[in-house]
Amino acid sequence: MIRLISSRLLAGIVVVLTVATICFFLLRKAPGGPFDTEARQSEVVKRALEERYHLHDSLFTQYTGYMKGLAVGDLGYSFKQERTVNNIIAEHFPRSAAVGLLGLVMALGMGLMLGVAAAWRRNTWIDYASMTAALIGVSLSSFVIGPMLIAFFSIKLGWLPPTRVDSLSSYILPAFSLGLVYMGTVARLARGGLLEVLNQDFIRTARAKGLSEPRVVLKHALRLGVLPVVTYIGPAAAGLVSGSFVVEKIFQIPGLGMYFVNSIADRDYNVIIGVFVFYVSLLVVLNIVVDILFGILDPRSREAR
Amino acid sequence: MSAAPTPESKSGLWHDAWRRLAKNRAAIVSLWVFAGIVVACLIGPVIGGWLGIDATTINTKISGQSPSGSHWFGTDTLGRDMLMRTLTGGRIAITVALVSTLVALFIGVSWGAIAAYAGGRIDFVMMRIVDVLYGFPTVAFVIVIMAVLGTNSLFVLFALIGGISWLTMARIARGAVLSLRNREFVEAARAIGVTPLRILFRHILPNASGPIIIYATLALPAVMLTEAFLSFLGLGVQAPLASWGTLVTEGSSQILVYPWLLVFPAMVMSTTILCLNFVGDGLRDALDPREQR
Repeated sequence: MIRLISSRLLAGIVVVLTVATICFFLLRKAPGGPFDTEARQSEVVKRALEERYHLHDSLFTQYTGYMKGLAVGDLGYSFKQERTVNNIIAEHFPRSAAVGLLGLVMALGMGLMLGVAAAWRRNTWIDYASMTAALIGVSLSSFVIGPMLIAFFSIKLGWLPPTRVDSLSSYILPAFSLGLVYMGTVARLARGGLLEVLNQDFIRTARAKGLSEPRVVLKHALRLGVLPVVTYIGPAAAGLVSGSFVVEKIFQIPGLGMYFVNSIADRDYNVIIGVFVFYVSLLVVLNIVVDILFGILDPRSREAR
Repeated sequence: MSAAPTPESKSGLWHDAWRRLAKNRAAIVSLWVFAGIVVACLIGPVIGGWLGIDATTINTKISGQSPSGSHWFGTDTLGRDMLMRTLTGGRIAITVALVSTLVALFIGVSWGAIAAYAGGRIDFVMMRIVDVLYGFPTVAFVIVIMAVLGTNSLFVLFALIGGISWLTMARIARGAVLSLRNREFVEAARAIGVTPLRILFRHILPNASGPIIIYATLALPAVMLTEAFLSFLGLGVQAPLASWGTLVTEGSSQILVYPWLLVFPAMVMSTTILCLNFVGDGLRDALDPREQR
């Protein structure tokens, strides 16, 4: 287990460094500099600005400088604002994280309920209804469902705040539109995983022992049947990161996703690389956590490698 | 790329699969609905042209009209007919989805097949890369690339969407090739001196086409969503072209005043995606009945 974690950690560090390197060189090669857009600045001011951010140093010096900072978790200064990228992330990420986490919890909770119900009552109307609901969830998208939710729940019924985040209730609609797609996939994975497990011998044994049906399904079968869902948490989280760009735009949430998308238009190199590297690191860590969780749930995987 | 085998060449498998698919009512209905939408997108604008309606004529006298007999889907703020805009948008959306899926198919199948056929360490490294990319914010990476390239021609879009959608395809292709690579006919081909690449692309892949076709069908709706997603961020299809994604984007900002600008394109797009998902699922169940019960 420890060997597995350390090897994954090492691989994760390699991934993060590779990503940072690729982004760094891609953006330095991009047409148009960060200080091209300001209309009223003189050539002198522009040069001075570029000088300040070391844009005239050799590419190699810039790169080693950036990597040295990265090694200690310093993502450098924003080109457009008088503050560090770390500072920007610290300010904007908590809101994104709250929406994302709530979305993930909704997706897992509702998806598991649908999936378990479908597998338990397989080939009944419950199964068909849940799986149709799951498929509809997969086919909708946050930018279709989000505006409609606002129109209906916020404007028409006035139950929930339409945009921005100040209270807990204002997180519900964004989190739901973010998580809906993943709810569908979770339900389908849970159903498939559970069906496979329910045919196995140890389940027959559990039933033969006279255990109650809820106990067989929820205690014995679910532990293994949920494994495909656990594996999916990583990709789902990656999807939630991308999803946050759209959802934050729809609900006008000043989170990190919105900041990231805006910094592209600004050509704020350090913010672009910094936030992207931050996202990748976050997902690397999450995937390691998922691996550990997998090991706890499935004893067989602990033996392997 | 693998050539799909003609259905007759293996009538047993395909025949049975077709019979099972025909019994799946949701899949068959979805297939017809999808076909209907495609046909409407293809000929709708032509018919509209005869009647003097198109997707681009701006007429501010009739701007923002709700759905009526002369404009079934209403008109947008510039007075353009929404039905025509939706249908021409469908042309773009379906084209982008098809071409990007082909790109994804090509990358994924090559990647997975080569990994499986090479085996050993190469296989391990190639599939670890796929694992890592699964947990990777690919759309964010596309955004970075878009920032670098600056231009967004349709070809860049095809390549980028295809370039982030091939992961599942690689896994499927690898699994299919693994199950075939030690069979007698492959050994026979090797024995008479066929080169590895030729064995892979001429002997193994045609026999693996079943699962590959299924996952191509399932990739289509996902790719369509990705395009709409990028369009929503202003990074997808650019004006003057408009896809369902761009129409939904425009509509979502005006839902309170002109709800039909969002509702119709969103409904058509979601229906298409739902139908494709049903068809893909039906195909999978039909060709691989193990999973069903």
